Amino acid sequence: MADESAVKKTPFYDKHLACGAKIVPFAGYWMPIQYTSIIEEHRRVRTTVGVFDVSHMGEFIVKGKNAERFINYLTINDVTKLVPGQVQYSAMCYPDGGIVDDLLVYRFPDHFMLVVNASNIAKDFAWAQSNLMEEVELTNISDQTGLLAIQGPQVFETLQPLTETDLSAIPFYHFQQGKIAGIDVIISRTGYTGEKGFEIYHNPQYSVHLWDAIFSAGKPYQIQPIGLGARDTLRLEMKYCLYGNDIDQTTNPLEAGIGWITKLDKPDFIGKAALLKIKAAGLQRKSTGFAMLERGIPRHGYRVLHQGQEIGIVTSGTHSPTLNKPIGIAYVRTPFSTVGTSIEIDLRGKIAPAVVVKTPFVPAHTA
Amino acid sequence: MNIPANLKYTNDHEWALITDDVALVGITEYAQSQLGDIVYVELPQVGAIVQQGAAIGTIEAVKTVADVYSPVSGEIIAVNAALKDASELINKDPYGEGWIAKIKITNQDEIDNLLSPADYQKLIG
Repeated sequence: MADESAVKKTPFYDKHLACGAKIVPFAGYWMPIQYTSIIEEHRRVRTTVGVFDVSHMGEFIVKGKNAERFINYLTINDVTKLVPGQVQYSAMCYPDGGIVDDLLVYRFPDHFMLVVNASNIAKDFAWAQSNLMEEVELTNISDQTGLLAIQGPQVFETLQPLTETDLSAIPFYHFQQGKIAGIDVIISRTGYTGEKGFEIYHNPQYSVHLWDAIFSAGKPYQIQPIGLGARDTLRLEMKYCLYGNDIDQTTNPLEAGIGWITKLDKPDFIGKAALLKIKAAGLQRKSTGFAMLERGIPRHGYRVLHQGQEIGIVTSGTHSPTLNKPIGIAYVRTPFSTVGTSIEIDLRGKIAPAVVVKTPFVPAHTA
Repeated sequence: MNIPANLKYTNDHEWALITDDVALVGITEYAQSQLGDIVYVELPQVGAIVQQGAAIGTIEAVKTVADVYSPVSGEIIAVNAALKDASELINKDPYGEGWIAKIKITNQDEIDNLLSPADYQKLIG
């Protein structure tokens, strides 16, 4: 970050300091990368419950008579399928099919909320603005929105005592407006970990109050704050895409493995014509999960080989704390993307064997 | 940050405990805290001849990878085999059980190139 004075603080900044976090500039915000240890924090979320400050994420409100039509043109999933109280994973594409960003679409009774990646807030807002339709009102409320993710098998035990909303009545990818610890919030049954979890959108004025209430309620379950480091290892075990690593404007949703959100049979949307062509021509490469057969961690940008010949590139990699071995995601030429295919990874000059595996790498427990 | 007074240091955050013509080598408390959870260590070969400042091993942390550079020139006479299955020893005890290699020093003059504890303190601020 060239100018650190321009880096923003989330409403939880002082909490991170008090918890002893290692704090780094990330996507324009001072964010906690870890508090104790990435592996320990990862295991906390997989075994009991952990809390992530994700206030850096961006939120846009879309209102007006043409709000639905606008979002359906701007995004690749089918917004008309959403009922009020439902959330949809989607993405925005450029006319050539390259990805602007992946995002969540929330449908309220009389408006929508789009939740975008922190690093893309300005770009996404400008993109949406430049495609705006008549009778659509678009507002960026990112700076007026705090967001806390509470994730792990004991999330219900932690949060239910703090609210009169019946949390078990909110299905995965649904939300309700309610109160947590007396504060008006949006309670969203979503997350980026593969565990049961909620994301709590709130007025940042009450962020500290919420944090204290949730940590107090989660004490019996050894609740702890979780940094961006473990957020990455948790999402990687699920093969969830990370913008800037696995997807960007040079990749399309079909090859990225998010064809399931790409509704090519809905009315026109930005990128549709290009994506239809790409599909008809057949995918040249696919985002593919692999496991290393020896020690050594694959990382973004490393080459993928097959019998010495270059066939792809690593987009994400880490040591999986659950599997206790190195795993990765790579774009590989389609014939080599089948489970069981032997490949090699160029680990900084050392050619190490790996194998294409089924994903997610670890079973999801979101239900 | 712990910077033991009896050690010499490098700009790359290694330490050396020099006893006559043998250097016990590892990475500093500061280095391990910057790396975070260490999950693999690639150790040098016993018998290898190394130059001061040359890479002798690799440390893989969850977030990043770093080379280990030799503080002295000489011959590797022992490596810490315990790190193969317990690389986290470097996180837990960087100056003790987390040592990496033992090197028989062939050029004593080069020891003058190393940093004193006070200079290393200045380096990490």
